[in-house]
Amino acid sequence: MAKIDLNRIPMPKQSPEERIKNFKEVAQGYTEEMAKKEAARCLQCKTHPCVSGCPVNNDIPGFIKAIKDGDMVEAVRILKRTNALPGICGRVCPQEKQCEAVCTLAKKNAPIGIGYLERYVADWARAHPDKVPKDEIAPPTGKKVAVVGSGPAGLTCAADLTKMGHRVTIFDALHYAGGVLMYGIPEFRLPKDIVQAEVDYVASLGVEIRLDTVIGRMVTVDELLKKYDAVFLGTGAGLPMFLNIPGENLNGIYSANEFLTRINLMKAYLFPEYDTPVKKGKKAAIIGGGNVAMDAARCAKRIGYEEVYVVYRRSKAEMPARKEEVENAEEEGIIFKFLVNPKRFIGDEKGWVRAMECYEMMLGEPDASGRPKPIPKPNSDFTMEVDTVIVALGTSPNPLVSSTTPGLETTKHGTVVADENTGKTKKERVWAGGDIVTGAATVISAMGAGKRAAKSIDEFLRGH
Amino acid sequence: MQENKHEQDNCACKGKEVIWPECKFQIIKKEKLAQNINLWEVSAPLIAERARAGQFVMVRIHDKGERIPLTLADWDSKKGTITLVFMEVGKTTREMGLLKECDCVPDLIGPLGTPTHVEKFGTVVCVGGGVGVAPAFAVARAMKEAGNRVITIMGARTKSLLFWEDKMRKVSDEVIVTTDDGSYCRKGVVTEPLKEVISREKVDLVFAVGPAIMMKFCASTTKPFNVKTIVSLNPIMVDGTGMCGCCRVTVGNETKFACVHGPDFDAHLVNWDEFMARQRIYIDEEKLSLQLWEQKQKGV
Repeated sequence: MAKIDLNRIPMPKQSPEERIKNFKEVAQGYTEEMAKKEAARCLQCKTHPCVSGCPVNNDIPGFIKAIKDGDMVEAVRILKRTNALPGICGRVCPQEKQCEAVCTLAKKNAPIGIGYLERYVADWARAHPDKVPKDEIAPPTGKKVAVVGSGPAGLTCAADLTKMGHRVTIFDALHYAGGVLMYGIPEFRLPKDIVQAEVDYVASLGVEIRLDTVIGRMVTVDELLKKYDAVFLGTGAGLPMFLNIPGENLNGIYSANEFLTRINLMKAYLFPEYDTPVKKGKKAAIIGGGNVAMDAARCAKRIGYEEVYVVYRRSKAEMPARKEEVENAEEEGIIFKFLVNPKRFIGDEKGWVRAMECYEMMLGEPDASGRPKPIPKPNSDFTMEVDTVIVALGTSPNPLVSSTTPGLETTKHGTVVADENTGKTKKERVWAGGDIVTGAATVISAMGAGKRAAKSIDEFLRGH
Repeated sequence: MQENKHEQDNCACKGKEVIWPECKFQIIKKEKLAQNINLWEVSAPLIAERARAGQFVMVRIHDKGERIPLTLADWDSKKGTITLVFMEVGKTTREMGLLKECDCVPDLIGPLGTPTHVEKFGTVVCVGGGVGVAPAFAVARAMKEAGNRVITIMGARTKSLLFWEDKMRKVSDEVIVTTDDGSYCRKGVVTEPLKEVISREKVDLVFAVGPAIMMKFCASTTKPFNVKTIVSLNPIMVDGTGMCGCCRVTVGNETKFACVHGPDFDAHLVNWDEFMARQRIYIDEEKLSLQLWEQKQKGV
């Protein structure tokens, strides 16, 4: 047996000095040589724990072996069998918590760069469209499915159902398909032409994509049920949460959703070439510690803010953001203020935020989330001067669909009640999956839910 | 929702085998209502079928364009068209002014927002100021159809900016017209006749739509008389579906999103200073954008 190689090939990246001046992708992707070398490190172990670590059970050792053997067509074929959107997963999945966490080499602190290799395969496929094998589509069943929302859950569900022989229409409220992949995740982490390519791939399977259609306003789910045999709801968690503290509606205070939508979907970083503006101040504070907070902070840096703070009420250890993104943010000069929480915002005479009054926090006993509960320290008030605040506390499902769909059961958090294994809701012929069910989670978990729902819908349509 | 709507001549999907019709939003009619004020009648069958007074659409006119909200002025579900009225003020509305009949609007999303609450209240005063006369018409008509006595007060800066007096007369029991400069009918602003009407008779509801400052003063005019007053707010929006919170407004002590909870709110509870400050967030960028566009137009 070959010697175990513990030298994981690092991802080539733009230098921090360079990348804070542009929106180009930070991670630049493996070369063929790098990919083969990294693929050769895979032990091809019999237990392949990585496969069960993957929410969609990609055949990881299979596609890695194909890379090693130089058979890229086979690598694409293996990956596309379980994953319709590998170019996206390879970039934004938290591999360090999933497949790579359980990799046999993780015990030696050198897991295979599974995400990097997945991305390599997807990028190769995009560059060689003529060599990519066509997907097999089952004979038409004559059944029709409406998929509401074109984010990761909807795209996956639609692609799978189409391959199973059903006719699918995707509806989306926005003017581009892709959902959070388009409006939420920034260009430098997930280029929009890659999202568009994955959307185009789903369309190429035969999925009809109807944009600018707000289900719940223009058409209700009950009306869709008259034309379609089944409906899948994958509308995500699009409603931003606010702090509900004084001064939050001052000018210069954004939800992360607004800030990121302006920048990513509407391309405000290219204003005035593009018509949608975004404020370019000097000092920004981002409230929150998740991936969205990192994205917002790094966008702020790139559009020219001099000082960008991430203000988080717990400590670094509790931050929900991916480690890699926190490191990227640190390299880019984002300043972290841990154990700090805003108390109120102070405005100037024209209604613009100029400062933020904060408490220092300390960690107490674990709360319902299992993390230590942050408690304000007495007499610890202090003031931070800022001209922009971005609130990145998380999102909950937009009530537009649930409030116009009688019979759809929801929780007190506004999420739709659906069976975990099948996505079946309490309403006949309606399935749901992704953030609309779980609350804000990951791209890959939404894709997994889309996949499981497709399987369940297929069984239903075939009368099993 | 009707079948085969997509068989209309102006639909992109005509003849295509589709489950769901995709309609091309074509400008069927364009009319200059007044200086800088345009009317578009746009083919949008699905929106026309759903439209109710007080709702709005989001418009985006090209790939680099912004999304702007426009309140529905009228619609015809039989013809499958909606009517939008807009004033050319910034870059986007100036560009919209250049579009011609038969041109298509790439993105038109709606109807959005909660419709105006319409029922038989008794006597309703509808106040429309400037370009706000257009959405005021839709509400006045709905109020009339619900059996209300409708008194309309419409105002403009000057006579040449006034439009739809005839349409308003058809749906109102009484119409009062004001111009700031006295070039037509009564000289002055809409709040003066508003005060007279609510002093002279029992009014059950006032509905006002127009510039923020006009709505604010309508609110302060009716407050001492304790007449329920609803305003249709026009904040800056990005998506228009409850996703971004750009349009948030303080009503009572609560934050509301105008795009989903509104755009109609109780005028006496709106925090007007905050609302007006928020409308001006991008004033510098709007100026720059327009200036660059004007330079480019001249250069061509």
